[in-house]
Amino acid sequence: MMKSREHTAKVKTHVTTTINGEVIEFLCLPRQSLLEILRDELSLTGCKEGCNNGNCGACTVMLNGLPVDSCLVLAVEAEGATIETVEGIAQQGQLHPVQQCFLEGAALQCGVCTPGFIVTAKALLDRNPQPTEKEIRFDLAGNLCRCTGYDKIVRAVQSVAESQQSS
Amino acid sequence: MSTEVASDKTQTTENPVRYKVIGTRPVRHDGADKVTGKAIYTDDMQLPNMAFGAFVRSPHAHARIVSIDTTEAEQMPGVLATCTSADLPDPWDKVEDLGEGCVNYAHLSGNVLARRKALYKGHAIAAVVATDSHLAEEAARRIKVEYEPLPATMWVLDAMREDAPLLHDDLITHTLGDKPAQPSNIADHIRFEKGCVEEGFAAADVVIEREFKTASVHQGYIEPHVSIAMWNEDGRLKIWTATQGSFVVRQQMAALLKIPVSQITVVPCEIGGGFGGKISVYEQPVAAVLSRKCGRPVKIVMRRDEVFEATGPTPGSFMRVKLGATKDGKLVAGEAWLAYDAGAFPGGVIGPGCMCVFSCYDLPHASVDGFDVVLNKPKTQAYRAPGSTHVAFAVETIIDELAGQLEIDPIEFRLNNAAREGTRRVDGPVYPRIGLVECLDAIRDSDHWKSTLTGPNRGRGIACGFWFNAGLKSSVAANVNADGTVNLIEGSTDIGGTRTSIAMQLAETLGITAEDVIPQVADTDSVGFTDVTGGSRVTFSTGLAAYHAGLDIQRQMVARASQIWECDPDSITVTDGIYKGNSQSLSFRELAAKVDSIGEPIVGRAAVNPQGSTNAFGVHLVDLEVDPDTGKVTILRYTACQDAGKAIHPSYVEGQMQGGAVQGIGWALNEEYFYDSNGHMRNASFLDYRMPTCYDLPMIETIIVEVPNPDHPFGVRGVGEVPIVPPPAAIANGIFNAVGQRLFELPMSPPLVWRAINDQQPGE
Repeated sequence: MMKSREHTAKVKTHVTTTINGEVIEFLCLPRQSLLEILRDELSLTGCKEGCNNGNCGACTVMLNGLPVDSCLVLAVEAEGATIETVEGIAQQGQLHPVQQCFLEGAALQCGVCTPGFIVTAKALLDRNPQPTEKEIRFDLAGNLCRCTGYDKIVRAVQSVAESQQSS
Repeated sequence: MSTEVASDKTQTTENPVRYKVIGTRPVRHDGADKVTGKAIYTDDMQLPNMAFGAFVRSPHAHARIVSIDTTEAEQMPGVLATCTSADLPDPWDKVEDLGEGCVNYAHLSGNVLARRKALYKGHAIAAVVATDSHLAEEAARRIKVEYEPLPATMWVLDAMREDAPLLHDDLITHTLGDKPAQPSNIADHIRFEKGCVEEGFAAADVVIEREFKTASVHQGYIEPHVSIAMWNEDGRLKIWTATQGSFVVRQQMAALLKIPVSQITVVPCEIGGGFGGKISVYEQPVAAVLSRKCGRPVKIVMRRDEVFEATGPTPGSFMRVKLGATKDGKLVAGEAWLAYDAGAFPGGVIGPGCMCVFSCYDLPHASVDGFDVVLNKPKTQAYRAPGSTHVAFAVETIIDELAGQLEIDPIEFRLNNAAREGTRRVDGPVYPRIGLVECLDAIRDSDHWKSTLTGPNRGRGIACGFWFNAGLKSSVAANVNADGTVNLIEGSTDIGGTRTSIAMQLAETLGITAEDVIPQVADTDSVGFTDVTGGSRVTFSTGLAAYHAGLDIQRQMVARASQIWECDPDSITVTDGIYKGNSQSLSFRELAAKVDSIGEPIVGRAAVNPQGSTNAFGVHLVDLEVDPDTGKVTILRYTACQDAGKAIHPSYVEGQMQGGAVQGIGWALNEEYFYDSNGHMRNASFLDYRMPTCYDLPMIETIIVEVPNPDHPFGVRGVGEVPIVPPPAAIANGIFNAVGQRLFELPMSPPLVWRAINDQQPGE
């Protein structure tokens, strides 16, 4: 019994996903998180590991249209899923407005939480293009930043909303 | 590209100089890398044939290590090697300054891998390297360590008792008086005196003495400690790591491994926060030893619980502080008795605590006693203005209480007594031109101070803070390109936008744009020695080096222009990057193109080592509301004011002020190492060690005051650290004004506040 469980734990599962618009296949062990596969197997190191238990949000990616902590998703669960990572946000050589506003508003310092914030902020704005400050703060509360005090991050998201309203 | 951010204010005093680059807000040079996920942090690197290390850590707060058996782990397929402290050379008892505090290498070696005893839960005992990280973790669990548990001591006053369990049986208190005969947990007794305190207190009409307690808190950087070491067969060691100082990693590695610094290259990758906690080495020497043993590059990444349990907290403390004032509102005397825990090894941050305690005020009579105390917690490290936040909490609370008793406006009272140019600090130095008075004035003139706060359970609080700011060594090189751009090579790891603040100072010097300078942080083989990114020193000191490198380039450009124009170099003038001589004129860009085609390349260089402090002061103002049912404190409005000397890139100055303020708010209201009776930290995760999220906060308003530093060509003072100092005191004063209760303990978490309001234990 023990033996067969150990054996199962070491058999890799074949998973097919769509990541940033591209069909990607990978092999993974049952224990491996989506974060681990993205970073270590697929070299998508934009998502970061800050805590590996879903508390810091640095590993946020879009899974079937919803922002998730990829450290809390098992890689095998990604079978058939559509995933977007920070690497897929800039399109055709152009930064996304969220990225542009983070740069112009100095909304990053060390930058290690930044990819998670960009993914979460984009998800919010896609769903709710004109969020209030309170809505921004509520939606970003799952992402920890220790450098900025969040002020410039919130303002950057507000300035995306303002620019989209005026355009 | 520049943008204007509304709502933030800058006030310059004393003949403001007009700059073209300094004071603007260009997009940072590494910005695109960081918003697209392309920036390479250490854990993003994979080297060919790389193996993975994992630690075995002590499950006890204090225990004798009876035996370590690595046999079973070593027999597992895929396990490559193990190591213990026996694999590190015998350490020498040598003390060296790492720029933000000193290190004793015997202690450091014993912290990296425990010798003889485990001194805190989480202390590294052994390590193992395997072909994958999960296997390494499994193998670590198969290393058998036999412990003989010993009684632990977790609170600084308990650890000072004569009958306390001893951590080090050879630790004799370092003191100015007679050396004690017996070992104890008190590593150091510091004493400062100015005037005569008895005389001072005798002249006081009001004297207030209070006792304060603060809990250990962590720097809380989002990126865990991580390193890759590759120890080659030719004896050369290369390390990629997340560090605030690549050269101090090299220095520590050389001392711990007893190899020459010339054999070691440290490559600083992008670093995901540090705040003082990424200066000491932890996993780097272990990765190196494992790499030597297995012949492969070895990566070690700490888990978050390891980061909490084995790295960096800033000390818990006990403080007794007494201040006296006359009835017309003049401070006459101060006395402080401070005990800071150092964690498991001597050398905490009591020194700066003693120097900072009365740093904001002109006290004719003062005395300070400080104690550095070891106990069974991780070795403390610097955390943003290390030691200053504790004492500001104590002093600024009493200052507020004195102002209240004397019925003097709290800003007026502080202005009456504020340190100014010529004020002598209790530890000796006399201040040059400083900006505390200007900060107090700016807060008094702010919209926030002038606004009215109404509503039940709401209060406003104010507090001042001080931090020295360091100078220290920095080196840069700058290569002029044919297209008129300049590659700037520097050794200061960029933890929050300093590539740009340094590049802007070179650009200003040369009369080119910030975008025309391409800054790069180089490894220890590729740039001159540069001290840590710490002490709020990088924009000041490495910026000073960039300025001098700019002058060096300019001298060479003038010499070359004089050859081209066949005129005396002294007749050539340079204004805003335009070179004029012999009736001719060329821009920097045009001249760069010309010199490129006719002679040797132009390389500027500079190395600096400015001494002394640049003296940062800040004043914070907070409006808050206390929920009387739960004790929860909500920040309603927050303004941070600070003397930056000169803000090179105002957005990143504001960012430092906002980030520091919020770390201080977390320290004030939530954060603490919560220990059980066994000395086990019970909240070693980001869920339970709760740092502020953006939902907990309002915007953090900023007022930058600019009182230029006379010792810097652009007046820079450094800005990073002081903003963490005032928040706990400002919030405590706000809570008093909201509910009429003074709190003397950090964190002022809901249970503490609730008890203060209800004057009883929860559940009673």
